[in-house]
Amino acid sequence: MEKFNILEGIAAPIPLINIDTDMLIPKQFLKTIKRTGLGENLFFEMRYDQNGNEIKDFILNKDHYSKASIIVGGANFGCGSSREHAPWALKDFGIKCIISTSFADIFFNNCFKNGILPIIVSEDLHQILLQDAEMETTSIMKIDLENQKIVRNNGDQLDFEVDEFKKYCLLNGLDDIGLTLKSADKISSFEKEYSKKFSWS
Amino acid sequence: MKIMVKSRTLYDKIWDNHLIQSENDTSLIYIDRHLVHEVTSPQAFEGLREAGRKVRAPEKTIAVPDHNVATTSDRLTNFGSEEGRIQLETLDKNARDFGIHYYAVDDIRQGIVHIIGPEQGWTLPGMTIVCGDSHTATHGAFGALAHGIGTSEVEHVLATQTLIQQKSKNMKVEVSGELGKGVTAKDITLTIIGKTGTAGGTGHVIEYCGNAIESLSMEGRMTVCNMAIEGGARAGLIAPDQKTLDYVKGRPNSPKGEKWDQAVKLWKTLFSDPDAYFDKEIFLKAEDIAPVVTWGTSPEDVLPITDFVPSPDNFRGSKVEAAKRSLEYMGLRPGQKLQDIEVDAVFIGSCTNGRIEDLREVEKIVKGKKVKSGIRAMVVPGSGLVKKQAEEEGIANALKDAGFDWRMPGCSMCLAMNPDQLLPEERCAATSNRNFEGRQGRGGRTHLMSPAMAAAAAITGRLTDVRDI
Repeated sequence: MEKFNILEGIAAPIPLINIDTDMLIPKQFLKTIKRTGLGENLFFEMRYDQNGNEIKDFILNKDHYSKASIIVGGANFGCGSSREHAPWALKDFGIKCIISTSFADIFFNNCFKNGILPIIVSEDLHQILLQDAEMETTSIMKIDLENQKIVRNNGDQLDFEVDEFKKYCLLNGLDDIGLTLKSADKISSFEKEYSKKFSWS
Repeated sequence: MKIMVKSRTLYDKIWDNHLIQSENDTSLIYIDRHLVHEVTSPQAFEGLREAGRKVRAPEKTIAVPDHNVATTSDRLTNFGSEEGRIQLETLDKNARDFGIHYYAVDDIRQGIVHIIGPEQGWTLPGMTIVCGDSHTATHGAFGALAHGIGTSEVEHVLATQTLIQQKSKNMKVEVSGELGKGVTAKDITLTIIGKTGTAGGTGHVIEYCGNAIESLSMEGRMTVCNMAIEGGARAGLIAPDQKTLDYVKGRPNSPKGEKWDQAVKLWKTLFSDPDAYFDKEIFLKAEDIAPVVTWGTSPEDVLPITDFVPSPDNFRGSKVEAAKRSLEYMGLRPGQKLQDIEVDAVFIGSCTNGRIEDLREVEKIVKGKKVKSGIRAMVVPGSGLVKKQAEEEGIANALKDAGFDWRMPGCSMCLAMNPDQLLPEERCAATSNRNFEGRQGRGGRTHLMSPAMAAAAAITGRLTDVRDI
């Protein structure tokens, strides 16, 4: 997995609440057996009309924001299904960070597995960042994961929280399976004891 | 010396039984059952192959195609799409190559993964169960800790039989009292979501309790737990009782003989201690729950069928804009009587309501009646065995006589990956679990409800109070 340290890029405002995984990537694109190539279908129904033409008003279709690497999104971002196609589509589009007041649990986890940093901020900070994102001139932000800072275009630094283990994995681009297999002996001895007590499992 | 034991919730107990190691807030837990389907697994198996890894516990891994399968009788040769065919073929190959349990499309036991888990006795109390599907919460009805995972986690479980987790908080939802006429498990679970919101359970595992929950059949309990995820919780739980044991006993993969006795002994310890701590508690009276429908594009947009389409002004904050958008998408105006809303299609099925009891409910309403002309009404049984049983009980004939289209098992129009889809602006009374924009087909308009309510809508052609039928 690619390492995440400092990200500097355009933030696109999508303040709609309850952005669900069907909006992020509709079901017709789940038939793929690959992880890549989903970016052009991100937000498919909001981005393209029935004839497949781009809907000009949609934020990610605007010239400036089509190069966004950050989304400032509404509450309960990523609710719905467990499809990892949602973060795959975001990543493939170029999104590496999502800022919201809250995320759905499964989506939140899936982001970290794909090198995307979801940041939870307070309502007040969210409003400030949304306003920044809405103006092209102030929409460029810097995300410093190591120091846990969001740096606004005017230089203001805002702190954010992130789980230590998830931060460590992102900073070092670590793959979970490799890490877990370091505990292979522990798993085996657990399994042995467990199968004695729970013989039917 | 008296040893003080900390009171624990049901979730705490299952968690403790499966905890391998814990450092700071990050834990490694052991997984008892891993259910796999064709849509969220191909990339995980590909990852294993690339790394030269095997499936650590193939005997605990069960695969079945459901999301993408066609529900027409010619589905062994007609796949609906070439991409769909490739995905099914990939699951078939992966299941055989890695030696995991597998129910192929032509196996009568094939069906929706969350229906066949319990049906085949893979789902047992006290277990940890995962699947690359958010409705894995269904299995919580057995007192199992069950939740959806992403594809990276699918690969992780395949390779290690463990999952990296942070422990969730405990939330209790107690429903007490007696359910009124026409009120079902679906109305309970939708009403809870209407009350708590779709993010109400975020970060929590919900335990559903109270005598109204206890009074439900196993099928009803599965319906309740199934939609824990729509309430934001990854998992929902119900403590096992005699009904649970009666359901599980004698299933193909449930324990037998001495092992059964050992299992029952342990299962009887699976309940929340009387003074266990819950971070959040919600109380509902069964008498306050009515047959409900959704009006918007979020599962929290729930109202009793006797109510009216709300105005965006009724809401606050960012929900005002969301409600405006929902009403526009749904083609509804504030103040409209819900019972005046006409439907074009009816979908009965899904992991929420595709079990035999659901089909019996539908039969009760439609027997001897006809689906209103012009309405497309489809029944998709949750599994081949549910289908067979319904045919043997005469339900299939009664439904076909009424004008329903009787299909082969699968997820079908719940998520519309196969050709079973709504057309733009087509309005559907659905027994499934999500009413998101485009969920059942681009531009399609979904109203979620119970099987009985959906059956009533099929007869009258509009959203209908089942108590009036």
